[in-house]
Amino acid sequence: MLTTQSLQRTPLYEEHLALGARMVPFGGWEMPVQYEGILAEHKHTREAVTVFDTCHMGEFTIHGEPGKVGLDRLVTMNLQTMPYKTCRYGFLLNEKGGVMDDLIVFRIDEEKWFIVVNGATTLKDADHFRRHLKEKEAFEDISAKTGKIDIQGPLARNILKSLVDGIEKLDYYTFDFFDLLGENVLISRTGYTGELGYEIFYPWQKIKELWRVLLENGKVKPAGLGARDMLRLEVGYCLYGHELDEHISPLEAGLEKFIDFEKDFIGKKALLEQKKQEIPHRLIGVASASRRAPRLGQKIYSLDGKEIGSITSGSFSPMVGIGVGLGFVKIEAAAKGTAILFGNEKLKSEGEITSRIFYRNGSLKN
Amino acid sequence: MEVEQHYLYSKEHEWVSIEDGSIAVIGITDYAQDALGDITYVELPSEGDEVEQFGDFASVESVKAASDIFCPMSGKVVAVNNDLESNPGLINKSCYDKGWIAKIEIADLEEKNNLMTAEEYESFLESLGE
Repeated sequence: MLTTQSLQRTPLYEEHLALGARMVPFGGWEMPVQYEGILAEHKHTREAVTVFDTCHMGEFTIHGEPGKVGLDRLVTMNLQTMPYKTCRYGFLLNEKGGVMDDLIVFRIDEEKWFIVVNGATTLKDADHFRRHLKEKEAFEDISAKTGKIDIQGPLARNILKSLVDGIEKLDYYTFDFFDLLGENVLISRTGYTGELGYEIFYPWQKIKELWRVLLENGKVKPAGLGARDMLRLEVGYCLYGHELDEHISPLEAGLEKFIDFEKDFIGKKALLEQKKQEIPHRLIGVASASRRAPRLGQKIYSLDGKEIGSITSGSFSPMVGIGVGLGFVKIEAAAKGTAILFGNEKLKSEGEITSRIFYRNGSLKN
Repeated sequence: MEVEQHYLYSKEHEWVSIEDGSIAVIGITDYAQDALGDITYVELPSEGDEVEQFGDFASVESVKAASDIFCPMSGKVVAVNNDLESNPGLINKSCYDKGWIAKIEIADLEEKNNLMTAEEYESFLESLGE
């Protein structure tokens, strides 16, 4: 465990304290978990618009033809078919096919690439890129000078429109460069909430001003990691370190569609081996029969009490009105609709195996 | 943190309000609800349950954690706050009043000597750094 002294702080740290945030350690960073309350922030994101400090996340640039510099072999998605100014989700795998990180690749033009990775894994990822790229000088870790704010919710476009000329033209999973408060910055139509939203990449030294300007609008509220986790869980997005890690393959997590098996990449051989045999575990959704939520680390049991898996994330879902969770279960027990129990030896609660997506009516593609 | 003056308190942050010397109304304190965050589920005891002082009694879940509630006095459960089933957030909004959890018929009034007065509980909170 990291001590408080060694935790990193984003340039918005003082802003969070002034807003009354509760700060917690998260992946080596001291981050706001909540301001007024997780349920209120969740609701405001689903119904209006919130801003999240995501400065802790990592950003890399890579310059060159992906095959030639070695980028293509490092990530699982097809890069060749990406139009300019689009984003694509995929993975960085180890040789065993385990997930080193999940990431989004942005194609700026023919040879310019921008990559966004998780905060806790930035240094590990940068090291992996430097070690495996054929042309080291093609790579730059720009995390230390790149801040990021996510603005998410059905009103996100309306709010940004008054600050950013031309933001309306951005479709889901595309990006462009825009003038915003005197800086020319990358803004993408992406997020982690299932709502219409944008991620704004802004200079680290100046992002405090952007945060303040966004919050000057009375419709915009800040939201913390607690609401973010509840929002992403409702729409079935994986969280690195929970549903994905170096010992979990993207096939077990049911994420094969983000892998291009037509090309060569690190981990491909291992994944092909896994495909030949039956994959023993599968990521599933768990819907509780009550408001009681599944919790990280709890076991999943069949109705006769046999242990068949474990919970990796769980929370009360305000949109569904029950506890929901994600977890891995043995493949033979993974069918949707299967009645299960979750909990521990002492206390088990009733639930059912479901789709990983609990909430589908977000404004994501509005 | 708010502390209700005429209530008694446990170290586990439960409160007791004694009515007519025979009934104890039980809930969790402002400190407890604040530490838990938004409460999303309450498992209530059943009427008729016999409970022991500081024994398992109920549990609450919040957006952050699940937590056991211990019964601050021994006795028999005579009423539970069913409003909490559909509206567990009452504990956040009104922990000392509308967010009560259960009422018990007190088995041994002397047990109140094992609890803290409001003043003692306030000092206890201070010792926790609040």
